[in-house]
Amino acid sequence: MSTPIITEPTDPRVFHPEEEPHHPEGHSTPLGFWIYLMSDCLIFATLFGTFAVLGQRYGGGPGPKELFDLWLIALNTAMLLFSSITYGFAMLAMHRGDQKEVMKWLGITAGFGLAFLAIELYEFNHLIHIGAGPGRSAFLSAFFTLVGTHGLHVTFGLIWMAALVLQVRKHGLTSANQRRLECLSMFWHFLDVIWIGVFTFVYLMGMI
Amino acid sequence: MAITGQEIESSFLFGRLTLDKFPLDVPIVVGTFAVVAVGGAALVAVVTYFRLWGYLWRDWLTSVDHKKIGIMYMILGMVMFLRGFADAIMMRLQQVWAFNGSEGYLNAHHYDQIFTAHGTIMIFFVAMPFITGLMNFVVPLQIGARDVSFPFLNNFSFWMTVGGAVLVMISLFVGEFAMTGWLAFPPLSGIVASPTEGVDYYIWGLQIAGVGTTLSGINLLVTILKMRCPGMTLMRMPVFTWTALCTNVLIVATFPVLTATLVLLALDRYLGMNFFTNDLGGNPMLYVNLIWIWGHPEVYILVLPAFGIFSEVTATFCGKRLFGYNSMVYATICITILSYLVWLHHFFTMGSGPSVNSFFGIATMIISIPTGAKVFNWLFTMYRGRIRFELPMMWTVAFMLTFCIGGMTGVMLAVPPADFVLHNSLFLVAHFHNVIIGGVVYGVFAGINYWWPKAFGFRLNEFWGRVSFWCWVVGFWVAFMPLYIVGLMGVTRRLRTFDDPSLQVYFAIAALGALLIAAGIGAMLMQFYVSIRDRDQLRDTTGDIWGGRTLEWSTSSPPPDYNFAVTPVVYDVDAWQDMKEHGYQRPLSDFKPIHMPRNTGAGIILAGISTALGFALVWHIWWLAAVSFLALILGAILHTFNYNRDFHIPAATVTATEDARSRALGQAGQTA
Repeated sequence: MSTPIITEPTDPRVFHPEEEPHHPEGHSTPLGFWIYLMSDCLIFATLFGTFAVLGQRYGGGPGPKELFDLWLIALNTAMLLFSSITYGFAMLAMHRGDQKEVMKWLGITAGFGLAFLAIELYEFNHLIHIGAGPGRSAFLSAFFTLVGTHGLHVTFGLIWMAALVLQVRKHGLTSANQRRLECLSMFWHFLDVIWIGVFTFVYLMGMI
Repeated sequence: MAITGQEIESSFLFGRLTLDKFPLDVPIVVGTFAVVAVGGAALVAVVTYFRLWGYLWRDWLTSVDHKKIGIMYMILGMVMFLRGFADAIMMRLQQVWAFNGSEGYLNAHHYDQIFTAHGTIMIFFVAMPFITGLMNFVVPLQIGARDVSFPFLNNFSFWMTVGGAVLVMISLFVGEFAMTGWLAFPPLSGIVASPTEGVDYYIWGLQIAGVGTTLSGINLLVTILKMRCPGMTLMRMPVFTWTALCTNVLIVATFPVLTATLVLLALDRYLGMNFFTNDLGGNPMLYVNLIWIWGHPEVYILVLPAFGIFSEVTATFCGKRLFGYNSMVYATICITILSYLVWLHHFFTMGSGPSVNSFFGIATMIISIPTGAKVFNWLFTMYRGRIRFELPMMWTVAFMLTFCIGGMTGVMLAVPPADFVLHNSLFLVAHFHNVIIGGVVYGVFAGINYWWPKAFGFRLNEFWGRVSFWCWVVGFWVAFMPLYIVGLMGVTRRLRTFDDPSLQVYFAIAALGALLIAAGIGAMLMQFYVSIRDRDQLRDTTGDIWGGRTLEWSTSSPPPDYNFAVTPVVYDVDAWQDMKEHGYQRPLSDFKPIHMPRNTGAGIILAGISTALGFALVWHIWWLAAVSFLALILGAILHTFNYNRDFHIPAATVTATEDARSRALGQAGQTA
């Protein structure tokens, strides 16, 4: 708000501001989106908590050491981390107003995101194929749900990115589109943070 | 793979839905359906006859105006309240009937659905819409804003809540509802014990409504943080807005847990996973913990805004500043935080050991300290105040008397050894009805009587309001005191038949109490009818009918679309009182165009598709699920391609509206 906020009583009191406080469209979107992300974070917290309770209950089935291929997961992690860096480059380009660069980096980000999903789907397919599907044990239910929920978020992020590419192409880097790119940026980095939690607690600690 | 229950016939086109799923052999349901169908047809006929469809669509269903959305929430709550209460009456009748070898008039299949539906509906589709509706209507007015931060999202949230309610109502006529109790604990709600669609109705009804609640929580939270008018610091916010802030923090912090928990239950049921099963490592108690991590804060989500309403009402009708504003705010914040640390007191009998149980027992008792502080604040506000016993104030006093008893039985239940005896008894049932009716419901009624004149420009009829009040207050004690007594004797909840004939008299008294409450509800409907009929005699042109103290009373009743022609500046907690005391003059000219959000049909359409998706999932109609899911994604994306979301109310329109208000005020001045 550009108007100075009068809080101390004056005499006589001024009950209306000289200039109307202006709430431009979307001025509270970043805060609202942050709060949404925190609520989403609690969904993940619930899933992490569930994994903490059920993660050692193998129901006579295979455990993490028999199932996980850490090198594959390391590769997958790299894909997601790189995609965060490239999204950062897209945001830098956006602040310079360089639409072509933005599109290029968004494209590269989407490529890394797709690679991540492909590797994850390969892993899931492999596990189900060897009889370690989500119904096999409480551990696997918790594993598939936690990792799969993250994967679903990445999928929605990619769909959102595709829609945003179309919108930026159509309307340019308008303030509305910049705001949307910023929200997706927060979402994308948030998924990275969640993945670091998954990688640490599910995969690394599972191998100990 | 895990056991996935018995095989159920399924066709491609209709999934598991077959003709025999329509309960045509149950006369009660068929009768209800006939009444609903005739009533619905009459409503459609009236709307069509008076050519109101266009008006309804343009001015209400697609409206992003927080006041209209608030009113629609209240209507939803009221309709669902009648349904939930019908369930209550049926239970009371069954329990007084089924003695001396009689089976009563409800079989177990039916009775179990009724107590489940009663709890689910009363919490999710009555109390929540009432509270959300009041917050929606009042909060922007109290903080001097013109709308919420995300007006479209507000409309969408409302329709998602309706979608969930519709799904639960459909279960009355198509198939069956859950028979598990209102929190659907596994393994009873698992696929082995509940193979049919009842639990699925429960899951998807709550999920759809839950999305709406979460989004509306985010929306109101951001609104309160970002949209306050100049001068309104956090410690100058009206107490109702403070309680709304805390409630929305709780909504955002707990509804995701409910969502995740119900997803896990759905995965168990649909994909044969093993979160809460008894096989392959699943753990049913995990569900009980998770659901109460949501469930306990939920009761504070409901009651905090009610506390806020009582605070506004007490200050207004005692004609003085609320006693202990700061302590009221800090008490609210304390309750918000503590509400997170007590969930385990719902199942001391889980056997988590004396140290864990003591922690949760003591934490629970500590909550009564800030709550007690609030009660003293209200009492000290009344002390030496000029109390006007208008209807809102009557409800407030009734609340204090009722709620204190409910709170004390709550402290009794918080003692783990006592809880081992009272757990799952009718004593517990009497306790939570005591606090929810005495706290939330009375608060909502106080709020309705208090803000109705603001919403519609005329006050509610006093006579029928008093009839309703006395029927409710007396009826409540008659209905629930017997349950305390038989609960102490050891009668457990959810029983359908009884062996001990000496208990019958208690249930007879309870049924009488329920009838008194029914009379109270009838009187309240009569109150609405009479008030609308006599609206010209009851009209208020001043906009400040009660001598209010907060900003919502500074504008006209009903407020114009833009709420405030010129944004106010605030110097005090009781902003409007302060303005009146310092010779405030309404601005009469030099209005500027006002920036407003545009109405959109996207909310109702997307929520409609979500409801179809829920129905498809309940009945395993996979093609419809796929189609509606794709439509939902596409619809949401298409909505983001609409960049044209706002407009300006021209200065001339604002001037015309304000001139009309000046004329109305002049008239009021002459008659006064």
